[in-house]
Amino acid sequence: MTFLSIPILTFLIFFPIVSALLLLPFRAIPNSDRTVRILALVLTCVEFLLSLDLILGMHHGSYQMQFTEDHLWIPFANIHYSLGVDGISIVLIVMTTFLLPMCVLTSWKGISTRVVEFMMTLLILEGIMVAVFSATDFVLFYVFWEAMLIPMYLIIGVWGGPNRLYATIKFFLYTLAGSLLLLLVIVSLYFVGGHTFNIVQLMGQHYSRTFQDFAFLAMFAAFAVKVPMFPFHTWLPDAHVEAPTAGSVILASVMLKMGAYGFLRFSLPMFPDASHFFTPLIFGLSLAGIIWGAMMALAQEDMKKLIAYSSVSHMGIVTLGIFVFNYQGIEGAMMGMINHGVTTGALFLCVGVLYDRTHSRQLSDYGGIAKVMPVFSTMFMIFSMSSLGLPGLNSFVGEFLVLLGTFRTHMALATLATTVIVLAALYMLYLLTRVIWGVYVQRTWSLPDLNRYEWGALLPLVLVVIWIGVEPNPLLSFLHASVSHLIGQVQGAAPLASLR
Amino acid sequence: MSFSAVNILGTMPEIYLTFFGCILLILETMVPKEKRPWLAYFTIIGLVFAMVASIGLNGKGLPLYSGLYIIDPFSNFFKITIYAAAIITVLLSLPYLEQEDIHIGEYYAFLLFSVVGMMVMVSAGDLITLFLGIELMSLCFYVLVGLKRDSTRSVEAAFKYFLLGAFSAAILLFGISFLYGAAGTETISGLANFINNPGALRPMVIVGMILTLVGFTFKVSAVPFHMWTPDVYEGAPTVVTGFMAAAAKIAAFGVFLRVFWVAFSGNRHDWDLLIILISILSMAVGNLVAILQTNLKRMLAYSSIGHAGYALMGLLLPNRESLFALLFYVFTYMFMTLGAFGVILMMRKKGVEGEDISDFTGLHKRHPVAAFVMLIFMFSLAGIPPFGGFLAKFYIFFAVIHAGYTWLAIVGVLFAAIGAYYYIKIVMAMYMKEPEETVVFQSTPMGRLALFLTAGTTLILGVYPAPFVEYIKSSLALFVP
Repeated sequence: MTFLSIPILTFLIFFPIVSALLLLPFRAIPNSDRTVRILALVLTCVEFLLSLDLILGMHHGSYQMQFTEDHLWIPFANIHYSLGVDGISIVLIVMTTFLLPMCVLTSWKGISTRVVEFMMTLLILEGIMVAVFSATDFVLFYVFWEAMLIPMYLIIGVWGGPNRLYATIKFFLYTLAGSLLLLLVIVSLYFVGGHTFNIVQLMGQHYSRTFQDFAFLAMFAAFAVKVPMFPFHTWLPDAHVEAPTAGSVILASVMLKMGAYGFLRFSLPMFPDASHFFTPLIFGLSLAGIIWGAMMALAQEDMKKLIAYSSVSHMGIVTLGIFVFNYQGIEGAMMGMINHGVTTGALFLCVGVLYDRTHSRQLSDYGGIAKVMPVFSTMFMIFSMSSLGLPGLNSFVGEFLVLLGTFRTHMALATLATTVIVLAALYMLYLLTRVIWGVYVQRTWSLPDLNRYEWGALLPLVLVVIWIGVEPNPLLSFLHASVSHLIGQVQGAAPLASLR
Repeated sequence: MSFSAVNILGTMPEIYLTFFGCILLILETMVPKEKRPWLAYFTIIGLVFAMVASIGLNGKGLPLYSGLYIIDPFSNFFKITIYAAAIITVLLSLPYLEQEDIHIGEYYAFLLFSVVGMMVMVSAGDLITLFLGIELMSLCFYVLVGLKRDSTRSVEAAFKYFLLGAFSAAILLFGISFLYGAAGTETISGLANFINNPGALRPMVIVGMILTLVGFTFKVSAVPFHMWTPDVYEGAPTVVTGFMAAAAKIAAFGVFLRVFWVAFSGNRHDWDLLIILISILSMAVGNLVAILQTNLKRMLAYSSIGHAGYALMGLLLPNRESLFALLFYVFTYMFMTLGAFGVILMMRKKGVEGEDISDFTGLHKRHPVAAFVMLIFMFSLAGIPPFGGFLAKFYIFFAVIHAGYTWLAIVGVLFAAIGAYYYIKIVMAMYMKEPEETVVFQSTPMGRLALFLTAGTTLILGVYPAPFVEYIKSSLALFVP
């Protein structure tokens, strides 16, 4: 049941893209920056409200794709424009549309050149991201998955920091090289899986072991770069440091989730045997990412780099949870994705608040901020506490579930992975000590407390952080049906793997 | 051979264009210098006439002149693509030729004659007809490349192209003579019958086949017969380069397909490894050497070598997927590459063309529309969705994997990732660097129309390709076994 009698997914995809085109005439109007900002804010808010229709209209008990649409798109090789969402994708779509108004708000003062183009790029990116989470045709998925690179590339490259040329080319080539192998898997699946690109139909097939192994590894290349998993993560800190705040937020909160979403949506249900077989590899890389990311975070002087490396660490927990193949693990991973999206996005917003005032991200330039920016410091602390997994705040829920799930099957691994909590406490407290506490030294810049735009960007996130931490069940209830179906798909293959 | 009405009617488009070309030569002497733009409009009218005539002939698989000439949906697809390329080229020519002060009436006549040559190529049912078509096209291009008589680069390019072109034509003719010696016929269908026959004179056929392969690879500028491409592309007037890269290449692929799919389908295993080798080498050389270029025209020349490598993979198996992939590829490539050259020729730097990559720095700040159009072409050439170049590559990989050469697809994908680097470099220069004041982007309404057409089609080919796909499907209906 949907409350709006329109094809809601198509609308959610094309509303931001079309409205971006409608902003184009503002280029010609001088001094229209403020109008454009307000319009962009209104448009992203409308998009968020519309996306709530998915939540209200969703059948909680069903794992089937909902709100489906299907049209023939290209009449050669049977490529369809088909959309559909289940619990997993609905949660991610709503998270995306929820974060976009914050991105507009944080760019209010941060972006002062080419405002119209920036807001257009942001809106187009939003439409593409929603499409990635809702495409159920593999070619359509791939088109959006890659098309997303272009606006992201422009956001970092045009509005980014001084070293942006290097960062963008690295970001682009890493993700492109990974994705191209995914393309080959998609094409091979068409021939192996009965001449269709429909994801649901492709999931229903059983593939030979050799094919599964190769296809899994090729897909792994695409998703592991996006997550990013341990040896493929080096593009992330560079991209984050150079990106404007809104770019960092989208990168951390949405784009990294796409890798994990890929594992959940494609790798696990399509190649269950291979997923079981390669579990040790994923565990090893996840653990390496968890520890390496945390250690690197400890060594950073640049706040954005610190948070970027902490992302590597947290995403390690997510991939770990996905591949333990039990209820707690996968739901924990999903929670981890949402929480990381909210918390890390918020942390990048906080860094953006400071950067707008000082144009420095070096830890050594700060100290004693709490004295001059008490409200900001409180919020920054809440997000840091959330990031280090304080019970009662959001991240704890996800990490606890993942560790619980891992503990049930791999005790030693869980013990090692628990270091994430200790190390996260170390680097987050280190960050807080250096920035918020200590002696305040007056410098050339002034540090007024939050203005109303920053309030608007940070307050909803604080509420969400606390809400998920205290009462995660409403969120989990979206996931139950889809996750248990997914586990059924993976477990069904487990005996085969053990027979081998 | 009979000159019946059917034959005349079937070759009406060719006759039209030859007629228009002759009229242009006469008009050129009568039209005063300042009225010369009318010659361009007249050329476009001729091309539109021919296009209408070709569309009217569509769907009839007619062997004309006792099988020497074939009018079928397949050849019509190539002809219509070539007309489109020629029309866009004329739109781009007008301002360019005036600025470069080489606006002579013969230009349009040669353009039309080369189009006729290409039409003969793709319609040839006989190797001698085919050779005549290739020569007609090449002779016109030798002149067009050297159009800037007072520029050493242009003259050098023309001379180089002429020498190597003549050499490759000789090799092609030599190959044809071997085939004739073995089979006793030079019609394509006759050759096919002979080769399918188990008692065929294999050594002679193979020698002839390899020599024709050399001739064709020269024309599609694939490695190892690509050496002329960078120099000629760089030296030629940019409109001519664009037209060569787009139309001449498409026509060459047309003959390549016709000869290798029809005549040599019986001994496919003699040449499929050669094609794989040529295609891998082309992708490697094209994509790797392009990275080092600082001149955009040279870079696009190497990129065109790489693209020839991708398209050639579509020759591998005689099925609909491969043929569709190849046709879709050349069709898409035509719009992308012509558009990219179109942007280059509108960049002016102190009276000359701004064709270095450094001339594009900061274009976004001064001419956002031009920069955005170039961005579309660059991302499309790199094969990034949602542009046509992505679907073109997609269908090539689709065909290659269908043929069972997954490893080849992996190689292709790796070079595509490498190739993306130099296209992105242009985007980077345009969007992320500070502008240089000396270079300006000069466009005229006609030029803008050409860019709008090419960029728009590139985008539509990626977003809503259904009409084009249907058309290409219908044009290969009679061709696939």
